[in-house]
Amino acid sequence: MSIAIISIITFLPLAGSFLLLFIPGEKKDLHRLIALLFSLITFSLSIVLFIHFDSSKAEPQMVEKSAWLGYGINYHVGIDGLSLLLVLLSTFLFPIAILSGWRYIDQRVKEYHIFLLFLETGIIGVFVSLNLFLFYVFWEVMLIPMYFLIGIWGGPRRIYATIKFVIFTMFGSLLMLVAIFTLYSFYYKATGVYSFEISDLTKLILLPKVQTWLFLAFALAFAIKVPLFPFHTWLPDAHVEAPTAGSVILAAILLKMGVYGFLRLAMPLFPQALAQFTPLLMILSLIGIIYGGCMALIQKDVKSLVAYSSVSHMGLIMLALFALNQEGLEGSILQMINHGLSTGALFLIVGILYERAHTRLIKDYGGVSRQMPVLAAFFLVCMLSSIGLPGLNGFVGEILCLFGVFQSYKIMAYLAVTTVILAAAYLLWMYQRVMHGPIIHEHVRSFKDLNLREILYLAPIVVLMFWIGIYPNFFLRKMDASVNFLLQKIEEKQKYFGLEMEPHKWRLIKPDLSEKEQSNPKENVSRPALAFREIFAGDDKKP
Amino acid sequence: MSPVAFFILSLLLFTLGALAFLFKRDLITQFMAIEIMLNAANLALVAGAKTWASLDSQVVVFFVITVAAAEAAVGLAIILLIYRQKKNIRSEEINLLKG
Amino acid sequence: MSEYFWLIPLFPAASSFILVIFGRWLPKKYVSVQAPLAVLLSFIFGLASFLKIYPRGLGHEAAGLSKTLFSWIHSGSFQIDFTFWFDQLTAVMVLVVSGVGFIIHVYSIGYMAEDRSYTRYFSLLNLFTFAMLLLVMAGNMVLMFVGWEGVGLCSYLLIGFWFERPSAASAGKKAFIVNRIGDAAFLLGLFFLLFNFKTASFPEINRALTDGRISSSLATLIALLFFAGATGKSAQIPLYVWLPDAMEGPTPVSALIHAATMVTAGVYMVSRLNVLYSYSGIAAEVVAIIGALTAVYAGTIALTQFDIKRVLAYSTISQIGYMFLGCGVGAFAAGMFHLYTHAFFKSLLFLAAGSVMHALSGELDMRRMGGLKKHLPITYSTFLIGAITIAGVPFFSGFFSKDAILTQCYAQGKYFLWLLGLTGAIITAFYMFRLIFLTFHGQERFSAEIRHHLHESPPVMTIPLIILAFFSIIAGYIGLPVVFGHDLNFFERFLEPVIIRAYETHLSLGIEWLLIIISSVIAFVGIFLAYVFYLKSPHLPHQLASRFPGVYRLLFNKYYVDEIYNILFVKPLVKGSEMVYYNFDLPIIDGAVNGSAKTVSFFGRILSLVQSGLIRDYALVFILGVAIILGLILF
Repeated sequence: MSIAIISIITFLPLAGSFLLLFIPGEKKDLHRLIALLFSLITFSLSIVLFIHFDSSKAEPQMVEKSAWLGYGINYHVGIDGLSLLLVLLSTFLFPIAILSGWRYIDQRVKEYHIFLLFLETGIIGVFVSLNLFLFYVFWEVMLIPMYFLIGIWGGPRRIYATIKFVIFTMFGSLLMLVAIFTLYSFYYKATGVYSFEISDLTKLILLPKVQTWLFLAFALAFAIKVPLFPFHTWLPDAHVEAPTAGSVILAAILLKMGVYGFLRLAMPLFPQALAQFTPLLMILSLIGIIYGGCMALIQKDVKSLVAYSSVSHMGLIMLALFALNQEGLEGSILQMINHGLSTGALFLIVGILYERAHTRLIKDYGGVSRQMPVLAAFFLVCMLSSIGLPGLNGFVGEILCLFGVFQSYKIMAYLAVTTVILAAAYLLWMYQRVMHGPIIHEHVRSFKDLNLREILYLAPIVVLMFWIGIYPNFFLRKMDASVNFLLQKIEEKQKYFGLEMEPHKWRLIKPDLSEKEQSNPKENVSRPALAFREIFAGDDKKP
Repeated sequence: MSPVAFFILSLLLFTLGALAFLFKRDLITQFMAIEIMLNAANLALVAGAKTWASLDSQVVVFFVITVAAAEAAVGLAIILLIYRQKKNIRSEEINLLKG
Repeated sequence: MSEYFWLIPLFPAASSFILVIFGRWLPKKYVSVQAPLAVLLSFIFGLASFLKIYPRGLGHEAAGLSKTLFSWIHSGSFQIDFTFWFDQLTAVMVLVVSGVGFIIHVYSIGYMAEDRSYTRYFSLLNLFTFAMLLLVMAGNMVLMFVGWEGVGLCSYLLIGFWFERPSAASAGKKAFIVNRIGDAAFLLGLFFLLFNFKTASFPEINRALTDGRISSSLATLIALLFFAGATGKSAQIPLYVWLPDAMEGPTPVSALIHAATMVTAGVYMVSRLNVLYSYSGIAAEVVAIIGALTAVYAGTIALTQFDIKRVLAYSTISQIGYMFLGCGVGAFAAGMFHLYTHAFFKSLLFLAAGSVMHALSGELDMRRMGGLKKHLPITYSTFLIGAITIAGVPFFSGFFSKDAILTQCYAQGKYFLWLLGLTGAIITAFYMFRLIFLTFHGQERFSAEIRHHLHESPPVMTIPLIILAFFSIIAGYIGLPVVFGHDLNFFERFLEPVIIRAYETHLSLGIEWLLIIISSVIAFVGIFLAYVFYLKSPHLPHQLASRFPGVYRLLFNKYYVDEIYNILFVKPLVKGSEMVYYNFDLPIIDGAVNGSAKTVSFFGRILSLVQSGLIRDYALVFILGVAIILGLILF
């Protein structure tokens, strides 16, 4: 395609937010309308992108590349099977997020929409960047609007939540920045060329020892974002305090960036380290699945319940990622979309309830079904999607994830299957307490059922849920080539040090590599890799 | 006349200014102490220029004078504003930057 | 018509869809036509497809009708298509589900006439039928799992139909979660199957097994995992606990769950995988033992219950136990036969019980009934037929099917299981007639007000009862035992192509006769005992209960299983999670995060002491600093 469609999709929201700058703040509806319009145009463009996407190609397509700051810092964007659906999910959810705050956000409407559109640019940028520097810029840029969205329009403890969110995330990403520059300098040492290109950097074959540290830095940044088990505590706080749109975007898209980071960077860059840390990461994911489920069971606040359910679901997604087989990876990517839809929808529904009752505590509801039958139906479908009921999207992702894990690590799958029970338990129990039973609180009687706007933004999500549930192949086929390519790349690199991945054996101890083996490269090594190895070997000998 | 005398005078003036800045509590006085220090530096520069027959430091003197003028304008304005707010200009009462 | 057999499940699906989306604008009259009509259409198409394969069924062709609508989930080695499959086994199930389902739909028109969520009710009923038809017509295990979970969902929604009642909402939730426990095992079984067989489609599973590619220990594992799923869905020990609570739903729903859909799914699944189960002796043994134990166990609980629907619920659990017993001893056809007869008499019993409730303004407690015989003649006579059938009185359908299972047990030499089966039979006869006598005979124990409203149900409800009663009587004659002549068991011969005959059994005619006589006597003994206890000398039950108060309480409280599960699983999970949340998540994990932030701010505060804010202090430090640097430079 000759026009720079990816750049347009990425920066159109930003253009929209600039436009909003020049519109007086009193014209609230105009702001809403323009923001909606821009996000809708972005979405329709991304559908064009989807249609033109060639699913037979594994490499990034519709690539745009131009020099930016020099020293290997290029503006380089493109899209492949790993990022396509995530971009689509983001552009799909933004109009919905804007609609969800249509009436509820009534203060600083202008700034709100500016930040939302700004956020959209940041998010899409992360998914399309092919240059590590660019990636990092978008990765950090996205925090700024999110910080304000939670900090200004959030709940009572918003300042605490937003600072926690930003600092926690920043902590991880700064370590990643160090790792990025280390990688960059290694590449320069190896080749004499400055490059931040991800495709170049993946060609490097690093010593396992080096990989370990770099991987840890990357993994920490991504694990916090996911969030993996012990790094999850920012999530409930941020979710609970964020405004509805903030929660939706946070849960549906921001969390996926962590997984995407693993997929795009940490796994292909450091395959040996990946093999080494797979057991640890899988155990953490598994703990996340069960732990998140148990914590969700006893939350008193609907939003933090959904937040903990995210911890559980994201655990499954991560687990499947590390299974390193096609079923697992495709399930994982699909499940990211599914989780985005179902959790996003759940937050929207909680938001709708909150707008009516101004409380998020489960005990303040009860018997809502009778007052709001349409909401009850939507709520039910979204909940069932989250539970993973066959016929809806959640099932397809879940069964692929679990089967992927099962193929590689049976025991993990035995334990991960408990998610099927736990998810049903905490969601149904919550649904029962909120929607069923007699009406105990008088304020419930005054609830009005969904209006047209609310139906309008929930309905597309539900349609997609059925679509993915009934005909998932439509989406799965888009990622086949890229997923296989990624797996192949990882496998090839893992073979390099004679470290063939044996999925049935856990590698708890780092394999002991003698110097000889290291300096005996096999034939099919790319030039940069060779050069680097020589230099590195030289460095090693000095002390 | 030996240039040393000029340097000694400049040193004395500077020390005087510095001590005055440290021990006076009145913002105007402290401000004047700064002016004394600046001029002490000017004196040293001029003496240096004479001694080593170089015009460079003469040029610097003009810069210092200009900066001092600008600084005086801004500084006096700040002091005036502080006076308007607090009705005094005692420096020990101004500690907005306390951590 | 039969080439469109894949439309069978889609009729109720479409109907349900229409009712969900446009239901609020549709008049009640229209709904009451559309919903049953959709199921009737399924029945007609099912019948056509049945007739198509019927002649083949008597031969030895296993091939059924197959239709792949589209490829469903394809990823790597995970290749699942959306395939419908229609063979002899499916035919039986489709006819039962849609036939009995249709009758229940019709009955519901009368029963639910006054309910304000009439449309929602029928949309869910349609959805339920759809899920069950999907389950039985699925061409592979994964698609079957869709229906499997689908019926679980529908039971959740229908049991919790009157969700304003907390008990109904809880019962629905319980049903779903308990089912999910079984489903988790089912999923694992599915993974083992997919991983080792590389397929989930039924013909290929059978092929892989007959090729001997699968080790028998693996087959056992898979079979047991699937059976664990079946204990959830079909309410067997240990996951039966949801079914008695499922009474909270409208009565026709109970009829649907107990007779046509849902609980029979497990039996169908085991029969569908009959090759697998015959391949693994241990798994079959487990199925048989669990089935037999459940049959007796559930029966003993039913002995002491006073809630009319609850008695019927336990009787279902017990009867499903028989079906599993049959499957476990290799008599899959007999198990399916019992499933088929059971569908008629159990739906009859439930609908008749619904009719009683309808007449008594929702009364469920048998202690407040009695003497209804003359007030509700049609209900009484149909109920009686149902009870006679389930009790195993000769020449009613239940007799033939139950006898087929017990004969097979005996023929296999599983005398213990046979004895358990007989015990179950006598218990069944006893509690069913206890129900009859307490409800319809004896003194009238209801209030005058209820008596005032007492009325026989409208024809829309009684006609389905009569039809079902008719089938309860005659349904058994397509599967006559061998003593009445060879080749009279059409049912078994019809299923022959799809059901493996694991054991050839030849009992002498004399022994067959003997077994039949024993079963018949057992049934009459049970009925007689009930007569003695509840009509002749009604003080006896009290005396017995006070003689053995421990036993009575144990039975009355259903062996305290709910309480035990609560203490063993639910409480520890909730309390443990709470403990972890308040003692670990908040203080330790989150504490570490906030703690590190606090540490930083603590040091910041210490350092900030230097910031006095006084300009003189800064100047002093500055001058000292300059002096030191100068000193360093100069000296």
